[in-house]
Amino acid sequence: MDKTVKAEGRSIDSASPREAQSAAKSASGARAKPPAASRLGVAKTYKLYINGKFPRTESGRYFTVADAKGNIAANMCRASRKDFREAVLAARAAFNGWAGASAYLRGQILYRVAEMLEARAEQFVTELKLMGVDKRAASREVTATIDCLVYYAGWTDKYQQVFSAVNPVASSHFNFSILEPVGVVSVLAGPENALLGFVEAIAPVIAGGNTAIALASEQNPLCAVSFAEVLHSSDVPAGVINILSGYRKELAEQFASHMDVNAIIANGGDASEIKMIQEQAANNIKRVIIRKKPIAPDPYQIIDVQETKTTWHPIGG
Amino acid sequence: MSKATAPHSLNFDTGWAYSPAPESTDHVEIKDQYKLFIGGKFVAPKSGKYFDTINPATEKVLARVAQAGAADVDRAVTAARDAYDTVWSKMKPAERGKYIYRIARIIQERAREFAVIESMDGGKPIREARDVDIPLAAAHFFYYAGWADKLDYAFPCRTPQSLGVAGQIIPWNFPLLMAAWKIAPALACGNTVVLKPAETTPLTALKLAEVIEAADLPPGVVNIVTGDGSTGAAIVNHDDINKIAFTGSTNVGRIIQRALAGTDKKYTLELGGKAANIIFADAAIDQAVEGVVNAIFFNQGHVCCAGSRLLVQESVADEVVAKLKERMQTLIVGDPLDKNTDIGAINSAAQLERINAYLDLGQEEGAEMFQCGGKTPDKGYWCQPTLFTNVAQSHRIVREEIFGPVLAIQTFRTLDEAVAKANNTQYGLSGGIWTDKGAKIFSVGAKMRAGVIWANTFNKFDPTSPFGGYKESGVGREGGMHGLSAYLDLH
Repeated sequence: MDKTVKAEGRSIDSASPREAQSAAKSASGARAKPPAASRLGVAKTYKLYINGKFPRTESGRYFTVADAKGNIAANMCRASRKDFREAVLAARAAFNGWAGASAYLRGQILYRVAEMLEARAEQFVTELKLMGVDKRAASREVTATIDCLVYYAGWTDKYQQVFSAVNPVASSHFNFSILEPVGVVSVLAGPENALLGFVEAIAPVIAGGNTAIALASEQNPLCAVSFAEVLHSSDVPAGVINILSGYRKELAEQFASHMDVNAIIANGGDASEIKMIQEQAANNIKRVIIRKKPIAPDPYQIIDVQETKTTWHPIGG
Repeated sequence: MSKATAPHSLNFDTGWAYSPAPESTDHVEIKDQYKLFIGGKFVAPKSGKYFDTINPATEKVLARVAQAGAADVDRAVTAARDAYDTVWSKMKPAERGKYIYRIARIIQERAREFAVIESMDGGKPIREARDVDIPLAAAHFFYYAGWADKLDYAFPCRTPQSLGVAGQIIPWNFPLLMAAWKIAPALACGNTVVLKPAETTPLTALKLAEVIEAADLPPGVVNIVTGDGSTGAAIVNHDDINKIAFTGSTNVGRIIQRALAGTDKKYTLELGGKAANIIFADAAIDQAVEGVVNAIFFNQGHVCCAGSRLLVQESVADEVVAKLKERMQTLIVGDPLDKNTDIGAINSAAQLERINAYLDLGQEEGAEMFQCGGKTPDKGYWCQPTLFTNVAQSHRIVREEIFGPVLAIQTFRTLDEAVAKANNTQYGLSGGIWTDKGAKIFSVGAKMRAGVIWANTFNKFDPTSPFGGYKESGVGREGGMHGLSAYLDLH
């Protein structure tokens, strides 16, 4: 078993042993003890989510995630830098379409994501419990995630009105400033709140018309990777959100240095990683947003990954 | 290439010449030597070193200016920190605003003096310094003065807080205006400032120090340190600075962004550009040609947002190029202090060398160069307005910022091709669109990845109008309400 996994193994588990066991089965039935019941569970293979498809990592590598009891929860894809580059290509290809979609449509699609998550709430509660979150907290986290999506769905056609401007220039021109998405955004999800933390990190990015490549928390990747299934059934166009699992230490530099990524949002991370990200980001004057701790949803997180475009036109005959 | 059509051709060969119309300089006082402005006083640099600032139109020394070393920068930062802690951050915002209004008013009163010095120290035509640089600088202070006590209204559900000491490094193309862009919002938001003007154009910033003295600003609120790149580096690397604002090249911006890694300093970067000016066949061609001239030859092309690439729809390309060549021959290159002059001196010998290297390179790459052949003064640094045709997207004169009066012309057939070419650059500062169709302005404007779009106009600036780039043209905005956030903590 991987070192990181052991270190992160949680001791508290208020879910009943049976629940935990059945969850373990559903995550990776092959490794759980043979069940007393007659039917053998079918485990899910956790894969990447790139360009609207669920490929395995091109590298063929994996890493193991342990559940709260230290049992193997799943073999996760250990995404490579090439997987990341593929994801950037997909995100870039999806950008014009998504940025050009009407705010109303983006709002409806985000709302649809919320609807799909609501319908699959139990799946995520189970996954959270497997990782050691108690039942009530798991339920709360899932409902908070749904509400976060609804919150940002509502912002898609409002932030522009709040943060744009018509500028009263002194010359005879009509002059206005609007917001446009910065482009392709790479996101490193923090270790807190496997589902809520992940969705809080990416929702404002895509609400504003950007496309994203997100790295799930290394310690706690199950919910983030499963969230791809929700996205996949929600009319989110292929490539708008791409989800990788893997070693943050291995991938963070590429997330920060890639020349066709316009902004990076790093949640968590220690001082040396932050410094590395900021240094690498300078390669292409990437916008860097460091969030040392989780913060509650607000429209300023949409604005963090927007550019202001100012247009002038003469007034007169 | 077709000839310009005869009925429209400009005929200036009338036997009449422009008489010299020199701006007088007798009312302007430039001292022999300038010290550093720290803590409200002019103090000698600890290094004891001074350097010359020259008039690029005559190569004559205008003054000797102090070279600030790391110890001087440290002294300036200490003064700024003291002023921040003891006075400026505690002052009622409305009072802060009134000080900034005073600066605006004094600049207006002394506008002509500033314009003349700007022209002498930097080489720009007096007409531009007088009509653009100085009035806009005053307007910037006037605009931001009013924000000082209204910040809470700019950011819903936030309580804006000042940052502390801002270190500001500005370029040589619009010396006083860039100082205003930096200092005005910083002060309005409650910060104190250490500003470094460019090595080749320090004089108007030092004159601004006199204005700040005359406005009775508390000592240390604004400190002005002159010097070269090493002075800038000392500012960037100083531990007690909370915010860095830089305008200059993308390469230096990259170095600064890297140097700030691992610190908590906020930063804004206004960097290079390679703007595309797109002329569609349905544009008002004569207006468009005037716009192109203004886009690339304004301020000798020393403009980060200059329209240095021209994209012309194929069906009107011959007409546009012919008219452009004809119009270029009416441009007067020469004495910046002459009110008839359109194109002044190149800012420095080093910059002229860079531009000339690109002129050679463009021809080596196979592009066709057109240059007006007028006579220029014997002394000084001059570059005739230049355009290149037959250029390819891969040519370095199309890809790299030249920062001189050099235009690269390409053609296109479809709207999509124009947009693709316009966006095929690492820069994204500005762009121009010339068409009579409103719908096209909105569709092309939305597709261009640039922070400022000029439609049927170019190179317009205003303190209320946010300015700044996409991609490698920088981070953040200056000007307007959007320019405030660069100098505030909104968390």
